[in-house]
Amino acid sequence: MSQVHYLTTPLREEDILNLKAGDIVYLSGTIFTARDAAHKRLVDLIENKQELPFPLDGAVIYFVGPTPPKPGEPIGSAGPTTSYRMDSYSPTLIKHGLKGMIGKGKRNQDVKDACKEHKAVYFGATGGAGALLGKLIKEAKVIAYEELGPEAVRMLKVENFPVTVINDAYGNDLYEEGRKKYEVKD
Amino acid sequence: MREIAYEDIVNAVKNLVLHTATNLPEDALNKLKEAHDKEVSPIAKKVLEQLLENAEVAKNEQRPLCQDTGLAVYFVKVGQDVKITGGLLKDAINEGTQKGYIEGYLRASTCDCFTRENLKDKIGYNLPAIIHIDLVEGDKIEIEYAAKGGGSENVSRARVLAPAQGKEGVIEFVKSVISEAGPNPCPPIIVGVGIGGTFEKAAISSKYALFREAGKPHPDPEVAEFEKELLHELNKLGIGAMGMGGTQTVLAVHVEKNPCHIASLPVSVNVQCHSSRHSHITL
Repeated sequence: MSQVHYLTTPLREEDILNLKAGDIVYLSGTIFTARDAAHKRLVDLIENKQELPFPLDGAVIYFVGPTPPKPGEPIGSAGPTTSYRMDSYSPTLIKHGLKGMIGKGKRNQDVKDACKEHKAVYFGATGGAGALLGKLIKEAKVIAYEELGPEAVRMLKVENFPVTVINDAYGNDLYEEGRKKYEVKD
Repeated sequence: MREIAYEDIVNAVKNLVLHTATNLPEDALNKLKEAHDKEVSPIAKKVLEQLLENAEVAKNEQRPLCQDTGLAVYFVKVGQDVKITGGLLKDAINEGTQKGYIEGYLRASTCDCFTRENLKDKIGYNLPAIIHIDLVEGDKIEIEYAAKGGGSENVSRARVLAPAQGKEGVIEFVKSVISEAGPNPCPPIIVGVGIGGTFEKAAISSKYALFREAGKPHPDPEVAEFEKELLHELNKLGIGAMGMGGTQTVLAVHVEKNPCHIASLPVSVNVQCHSSRHSHITL
C-alpha cells in the first residue's frame, strides 16, 4: 500500500530507505533546478575536481525549465520535464551525494542501478501541472549559468511539493509495476 | 476581393496565443473529467485530480497550464477571394506569435538544432512558428492554432508499411509507438494517426488530426469505427495517467485517411499530451 511522507531537504540516507515505489512524498525546503545543459556542466566540474554551484550532499534536483515569472512572482509555471535526457549525467551526481531527482518519464538501468547502489530515489511530479506546481515554489533564485535562460540552475524554496516515488533504492519501478497491474492481455 | 489588414491578423494571432496558454479548451477538459470518473487506479485518479485543479488555477490566475508553452503550430485556410493588405501572411502570424509569447510571459522554446542556442534574440521570441497554409474558396481566413509541447512530439513516429500489412499492421504500429512512449508524453494522451498519402502527407495529417475536437468521430463511419477500435486497443496497455498504471491512457484517437501509392502504406502517429491547447478564429 502506498504511504504518505513529509520530508525536508537535504535528504538523509534513512529518509531514502523509508521510501518505496508508489509512495507519495510532500517535499519542503531547498531544491535545485537543472536540465541537460546544466547537467553537462555539473558533470564536467566533477570530472575536473572543481567546486559545484551548490552542495550535492543530500540534494534534490528538479528537472524543470520554468516560464518567465510575472512581475512580483518568484517563478512562472514550473512542472517537470522528461527525465531521460539527464540519464547519462545522473549516475555521476548520485555517486557524489545527490539523493533525489524530480522529473517525469522513464529512467535507464544505469540510473536505477545508481539509486540502488548509493541510496537515492527518482520522484515523478505531475507533468503538465505547471500552474499548480509553480504556485508551491515560494522563492526562486538563479545561482549559476544565467545565460542558459530557462535552463539556468535555480535554487528553489518549496513547501509541500507533491511527488511520487517512481524508482526507489531497492530497485522497484512504479512505471513497470503500475502498468503490469492494469495491462489487459488478449 | 475582401481586404484583411496585416495588423488584424497580428492581433488575432496574439490573442489566440494568450488565451490558449492559460485556458484548457472545453473538449480537452471534458475528456479529462471523463477519464477521472472512469479511472480505477487510485494513484492515476489522484494525478487526474491534479490536472483538473491545474486547469482551474491556470484559468483563474492566468498562469500557463504548462511550463512547456510549446512551439506555435498553425493550420491556416485562406479564402482565394481575400487580399491581405500591409504585409505578408506568414510575417503577420510570426509577429502575432512573438507578441503573444512575450506578453503572456510564456517560454521561448526554439533553439538551433545543433548548438542548442536559444533563438529568441536571433530569429524572434519562440519563432519561427510552424505554419501550414491551404488555399480554399471564400473570402475569409480561418486560423487554427495549437501550442505543441516537446515531450509528446519526442515519442511521435512515422513509418511506411508494406501494403500487405494492412489494417492489422497499422494497429500494431500505433500500439508499439504508444507502448514504447509509456509515461514520457504525459498521458492521458490524444493520438493523431495519419494514414496514406505520401510520407509527409501522413505526418501532416497526423498533426492535423490533433486539431479536431477531442473525441469527435471522423465523419466517415468506417474511419470512425477504426478510431474506436484503436482507442480500445490502446487503453489495454495499462499505462495510465503519467504512466503510473491505470485504465485511462488515451483520451481519444483521431484518424485521417488519404489515398496512397499502390506500392506503399504510410502511417504517422503524432501524440498530444493531456494539455491539448488549441483554438481557432475566423477573420
